[in-house]
Amino acid sequence: MKIFELTRADDPRQAIAAAAKANTAQQGADIRFIAGGTNLVDYMKLNVETPRQLVDVNHLPFDKIEALPDGGLSIGAVVRNSDLAYHPIVRKNYAVLSEALLSGASPQLRNMATTAGNLLQRTRCMYFRDTAMPCNKREPGSGCAAITGVNRGLAILGTSEHCIASNPSDMNVALAALEATIHISGPKGERSVTIGDFHLLPGNTPNRETVLEPGDLITHVTLPPPSPGNRSLYLKLRDRASFEFALASAAVVITADGGKITRARVALGGVGTKPWRSMEAEGELTGQSATQAVFQKAAEAALRDAKPQSQNGFKVELAKRCLVHALKLVTQTA
Amino acid sequence: MAGLLTTAGPAITTLAQRSEKAEQELSAATKDAIPVTLHVNGQKHNLRIDPRTTLLDCLREHLHLTGSKKGCDHGQCGACTVHVNGRRMNSCLCLAAMYQGDEITTIEGVGQPGNLHPIQEAFVAHDAYQCGYCTCGQIMSAVALLSEPVGPEDAEVKEFMSGNICRCGAYQNIVEAIQSVRQSTNRQKAG
Ligand SMILES: Cc1cc2nc3c(=O)[nH]c(=O)nc-3n(C[C@H](O)[C@H](O)[C@H](O)COP(=O)(O)OP(=O)(O)OC[C@H]3O[C@@H](n4cnc5c(N)ncnc54)[C@H](O)[C@@H]3O)c2cc1C
Ligand code: SF4
Ligand code: FES
Ligand code: FES
Repeated sequence: MKIFELTRADDPRQAIAAAAKANTAQQGADIRFIAGGTNLVDYMKLNVETPRQLVDVNHLPFDKIEALPDGGLSIGAVVRNSDLAYHPIVRKNYAVLSEALLSGASPQLRNMATTAGNLLQRTRCMYFRDTAMPCNKREPGSGCAAITGVNRGLAILGTSEHCIASNPSDMNVALAALEATIHISGPKGERSVTIGDFHLLPGNTPNRETVLEPGDLITHVTLPPPSPGNRSLYLKLRDRASFEFALASAAVVITADGGKITRARVALGGVGTKPWRSMEAEGELTGQSATQAVFQKAAEAALRDAKPQSQNGFKVELAKRCLVHALKLVTQTA
Repeated sequence: MAGLLTTAGPAITTLAQRSEKAEQELSAATKDAIPVTLHVNGQKHNLRIDPRTTLLDCLREHLHLTGSKKGCDHGQCGACTVHVNGRRMNSCLCLAAMYQGDEITTIEGVGQPGNLHPIQEAFVAHDAYQCGYCTCGQIMSAVALLSEPVGPEDAEVKEFMSGNICRCGAYQNIVEAIQSVRQSTNRQKAG
């Protein structure tokens, strides 16, 4: 690990001013916020991240979960994943989020991991983790070792010829289906970005993963009020029963009226280079009856543009079955 | 000859490694060390440490509390599990200097010979280990689990213990040990 200076921010303005001096907000950033540290310290130990300054944001006043007047929810940036998962409002109104969080990592890690840190967690691609290997995300222009190498766990949607890394987060998939908004405070003031616009596709700059600029601090995430009568669910498929990243997952938020789907929100995990909202699937579901044939059509639509790599062709079928099963389960109870 | 080379391998330090090691030792001793106060098992410790020091390394190397183990050093095995303000965490991913003012509990603070925690007693009674390397982490998780929202079934306990890997595969007896403590606590509550 490279030596760094550890600083602590007690006020958001200090944190922003400190980080605004960084050369980039992402790959190669020499100044970084640190929250739970479960992603950053891991990558610092591997010399994938080499900040010269850390700004501890854990003492900023962003540790609250608050009901909003419109019926929505505000989630502070440093709220721990376990506290969010067990919050009574989350369990009641946003079950998909609670389930996604509890399917991720381990109880110890969830006690450390924060909302903002989870949003920004980086890929588990083994070449990204290994500084001896070429990787365009870590070292732009060096090539992508995964395309011709071990890519079983990587993405099939949103890939480019420069990077096929999957976004590893479960929480992000639920936030995509819930149409969350990320609130950012930066050197130029405050702004809000929808979860769909927050993460970037790799294109030819896989080193840029989000819209964040140097100094941009995530303060909180908001969820819109739950749509009346909806049922939601997170289904995660992986190589072992627990403590493992998703091969494929589905977050579904469905409102049905007398067997007819009136509103559908669908997002997939484990298969996309970013949390993968599928409006194609939603289009196939809305206004239709909750039947196996309709679910199958939605799954076909969601995976229509899938580009499997040498080892992860199985993910196309796995993701379809995952989505079909999630839809079946969520409408059974509806 | 080849055999000799491979066996000799691990003992050789490359020049690059040597300079990195020397630099680390130097920085810990002098220029980069920072003052840190930690509260561990009810005791206050004033230390000077390199900011890179993880809580795990600080506990083991500076405070000589060697119950917490290093399995993977990357959050993947749970051998380093400690409690911070009563919640279990992986100390290998904590930077020690970020935990000033927090109440840290290690296995040494949970129970000692002659004064074991019920979970420790149950691990002995149920033979819930083989080599013992993962055991302190398992016990720290199991003690924390008692106050977490875990359902009554074995399957729930397994799910909540999934952050602790046992290379020896003592899982079945670990679950039995934990369940025995939960059931006797429930009986006490009912009675
Ligand atoms: C062994 C292991 C297994 C895991 N399994 C899963 C899994 O199955 N599913 C899953 O979803 N996740 C999994 N994770 C990942 C885990 O969820 C993330 O590491 C965690 O959510 C990151 O949160 P953190 O607070 O620790 O982030 P940190 O490591 O502190 O930070 C991560 C990034 O966020 C930035 N950051 C932090 N706070 C802010 C802020 N307020 N504003 C702007 N930037 C900020 C940091 O600068 C850093 O770049 C696993 C992790 C490990 C180690
Ligand atoms: S898939 Fe992306 S992260 Fe993995 S080696 Fe290729 S460029 Fe790097
Ligand atoms: S040593 Fe910390 S989780 Fe393995
Ligand atoms: S008892 Fe040997 S690793 Fe668990």
